[in-house]
Amino acid sequence: MNRYPLWKYLVIAVALVVSAIYTLPNFYGETPAVQVSSSRQSIPVNTDVMARVESALKQQGVQPDGMFLDGNSLKVRFHDPDAQIKARDTIQQALGDNYIIALNLLSASPEWLTRLKAHPMFLGLDLRGGVHFLLEVDMKAAIDKTMERYAGDLRRELKAKKVRYGTIKRDANGLEIQLRDAETLKATEDVVARTLPAFTQNADDSTYRLRLALKPEEVTRIQSDAVKQNITTLHNRVNELGVAEPVIQQSGPNRIVVQLPGVQDTAKAKDILGRTATLEVRMVEDDSAKVADALAGNVPTGYDLLDEMTPRGPQKILVKKDVELTGDNINDAQPGFDENGTPAVHINLDSTGAAIFRDVTAENIGRRMAMILVEKGRAEVVTAPVIRSEIGGGRVQISGSMNAAEAGDVALLLRAGSLAAPMQIVEERTIGPSLGKENIEKGFHSTLWGFAAIAVFMMIYYRMFGVISTLSLAVNLLMLVALLSMLQATLTLPGIAAIALTLGMAIDANVLINERIREELRNGVPPQSAIQAGYQHAWATILDSNVTTMIAGLALLIFGSGPVRGFAVVHCLGILTSIFSAVLVSRGFVNLWYGRRRRLTTVSIGQVWKPEQ
Amino acid sequence: MEFFRIKRDIPFMSYGRLTTAISLVTFILAVFFLATKGLNFSVEFTGGTVMEVQYPQAANLPDIRKRVEGLRLGDVQVQSLGTSRDVLIRLPSKKDKSSAQLSNEVLGALKAGGTQVDLRKVEFVGPSVGEELVSHGLTAITIVCIGIMLYLALRFEWRFAVSAIIANMHDVVIILGCFALFQWEFSLTVLAGVLAVLGYSVNESVVVFDRIRENFRKPGMRGRNTAQIIDNAITSTISRTIITHGSTEAMVLSMLLFGGPALHGFAMALTIGIVFGIYSSVLVASPIALALGVKREHMIKPVKPKEEAVV
Repeated sequence: MNRYPLWKYLVIAVALVVSAIYTLPNFYGETPAVQVSSSRQSIPVNTDVMARVESALKQQGVQPDGMFLDGNSLKVRFHDPDAQIKARDTIQQALGDNYIIALNLLSASPEWLTRLKAHPMFLGLDLRGGVHFLLEVDMKAAIDKTMERYAGDLRRELKAKKVRYGTIKRDANGLEIQLRDAETLKATEDVVARTLPAFTQNADDSTYRLRLALKPEEVTRIQSDAVKQNITTLHNRVNELGVAEPVIQQSGPNRIVVQLPGVQDTAKAKDILGRTATLEVRMVEDDSAKVADALAGNVPTGYDLLDEMTPRGPQKILVKKDVELTGDNINDAQPGFDENGTPAVHINLDSTGAAIFRDVTAENIGRRMAMILVEKGRAEVVTAPVIRSEIGGGRVQISGSMNAAEAGDVALLLRAGSLAAPMQIVEERTIGPSLGKENIEKGFHSTLWGFAAIAVFMMIYYRMFGVISTLSLAVNLLMLVALLSMLQATLTLPGIAAIALTLGMAIDANVLINERIREELRNGVPPQSAIQAGYQHAWATILDSNVTTMIAGLALLIFGSGPVRGFAVVHCLGILTSIFSAVLVSRGFVNLWYGRRRRLTTVSIGQVWKPEQ
Repeated sequence: MEFFRIKRDIPFMSYGRLTTAISLVTFILAVFFLATKGLNFSVEFTGGTVMEVQYPQAANLPDIRKRVEGLRLGDVQVQSLGTSRDVLIRLPSKKDKSSAQLSNEVLGALKAGGTQVDLRKVEFVGPSVGEELVSHGLTAITIVCIGIMLYLALRFEWRFAVSAIIANMHDVVIILGCFALFQWEFSLTVLAGVLAVLGYSVNESVVVFDRIRENFRKPGMRGRNTAQIIDNAITSTISRTIITHGSTEAMVLSMLLFGGPALHGFAMALTIGIVFGIYSSVLVASPIALALGVKREHMIKPVKPKEEAVV
């Protein structure tokens, strides 16, 4: 009666083999590596770059252990940290500023495991050291900024349609326009309906006042766009820090988490994250005599010789010192296509910007204007298009001489000049690398000694059944680690605590089963039936107790944040693996050991004491 | 080996009055300490900056205090953390300074005069985050309670659900009371531990209730009254109760001993939770269920002949 059909053994065997494979990468440790990635979409990291890196390293006599392309990045392994640091400097020199060169640690597991997508567990910051920021986006400011833009648009449209209006007032929820009579009110309503679909209108016919309120879906859109744009900007800035695996993601409706593993200098990190790059529009000087002078090292007064970043490398360009327009007047920049279908960047200026832009373009038809990004006191020309005609209305399109990826880069750089809304750091955590290592060690030792204590006790108290319980507990641990590695869930110190606690609680199921079997034996039931009845009776209890624990675990997962969530993820996964291992796997072992014996007279479950003895 | 050689059922239910009195006293004491002393919330809840620094030799706390106070940052706490070399410094929030500036200033003051010191950890939490954590924590506790009660009411009976939750809350309040009494730091990790206890300690009640239900359905138990049935259920599960809790406690103890300061509060909360979990599930939950008037009829209603066929 205690026999499993073949398929059940197969299920267990497959689960064990898969778990073992996915747990394996955790044992190999890590090797130092240098990671090369591109700061722009238009500059790919390919075999070309790989060849350049290889030859540069060869020249410097640094021997890499191997290199490979992974997505849009190149990873080069080294034998020791000294070679790694030397190689980073070498590669940085060879490739220049367009690439991000970061130190990294790569799993040393063999290639066949990597090909199976078996990676070691993803360690949280508290285990590997680094900086964690939680930034809050000021949503009110985001809405204010948009509202200002709409007010400007409305003024422009009304002027263009020659509708006379009184004042346009702006408050937290919308705009209010005072008009003179029913006719202008009607005309304004038409203009708004046509050009500003984001608003709902509410006209007061007696006072000729028109109230405009932002539609709720528009508010949501503005807010999510603000967070998205800030995330993009943060990405750009973090790239500069040269962090191998930064985490930048939205957390809740208005917060952004930034995690920079390995970074220790918080002050610098914060400086870079909080920096506002500025964008300037200046006129280009193409007079060949002046350019020749400047290139000879004799820059005329009132001019700057700057680098223009082109896909073919930096090119010198001479621009005037006078700033015509700054990034403050740019509302948005998006990549797209022009009417001919060639890639273009669409820029949206606010009303002041639009007016200035119209004047500048009217005066300078046929000449070039440069869009310059100033960051860290270093100016760099993003793009320098030729002005073909006067441009009014605040909608600017830059096209020609760029492909879609470059258009994306330019738009990104133009936007990078500004954050959609100011951000504030609401949480910050720095963990030193030595503390991280210690945390791993401490967590590991806690689990190890706890496990050993339980194993020793179970084997003495329940003999063979204790051995089986310990084995299934080990399987539980194996499966839990495998599952965490497979899902690449972030393992934190509370997560390790959850592994330990889950094991401590999982043994409950085995104790329940073993006690039940003893009880049946005490009542004089023959061994085979006792095993059967023991498992059967214990099952309902095991299920009930695990479901209640699971309820607590899920609530933690949903409402927890930070360390609590790290605990909850592992805890919930652990409950699932412990039901499987304590019931199915341990029964499998019992069946293998005892199930085949026809005349089983005793089982090794320790002494079964009977009151009448 | 068999630890528990119990010949007759132990009349747990007849101690009901005594145990209820003990529970009530500990509960009231816990509430008293919570009310008078309050919890020593960690920086995650209160907001502010915490730094952990390590010295190569034993740290000179008065000297550190003098150096940090020289910066005039307000109410600063300096205490040793686990070992004599590790020091924890708590700084209040400053409106005009970021935490990185604050921590850099403090580190500069500590390093002044060529003292060797290593920055291990900086944690800064804004005040709004703390408020949110408290409200989320309370929501989590409420949801856990409701979820568990619903499940138990469905699987067993509402009387069991109510008594299990009361027993559970009793454990949680006592843990909190201990943290208030000894002014141990109450951090997010400790909160996770408390919530884990909530799920864990209910297990215990479930095991006993499961036995009670089974006993009610057993033909051999017909002649006994409810109190005797509960006594029998507790007696026959007591050995598994002790062994299970012992095993879990072995694990938690290992965390307490080897886990270092980061896991200390968590392991402490669980230790208290486990000890009182045994007590409350046996001597609090069951008497309450009895007092609420659990009867055989409540359990027998959904008769499932298959389940009754016991080997």
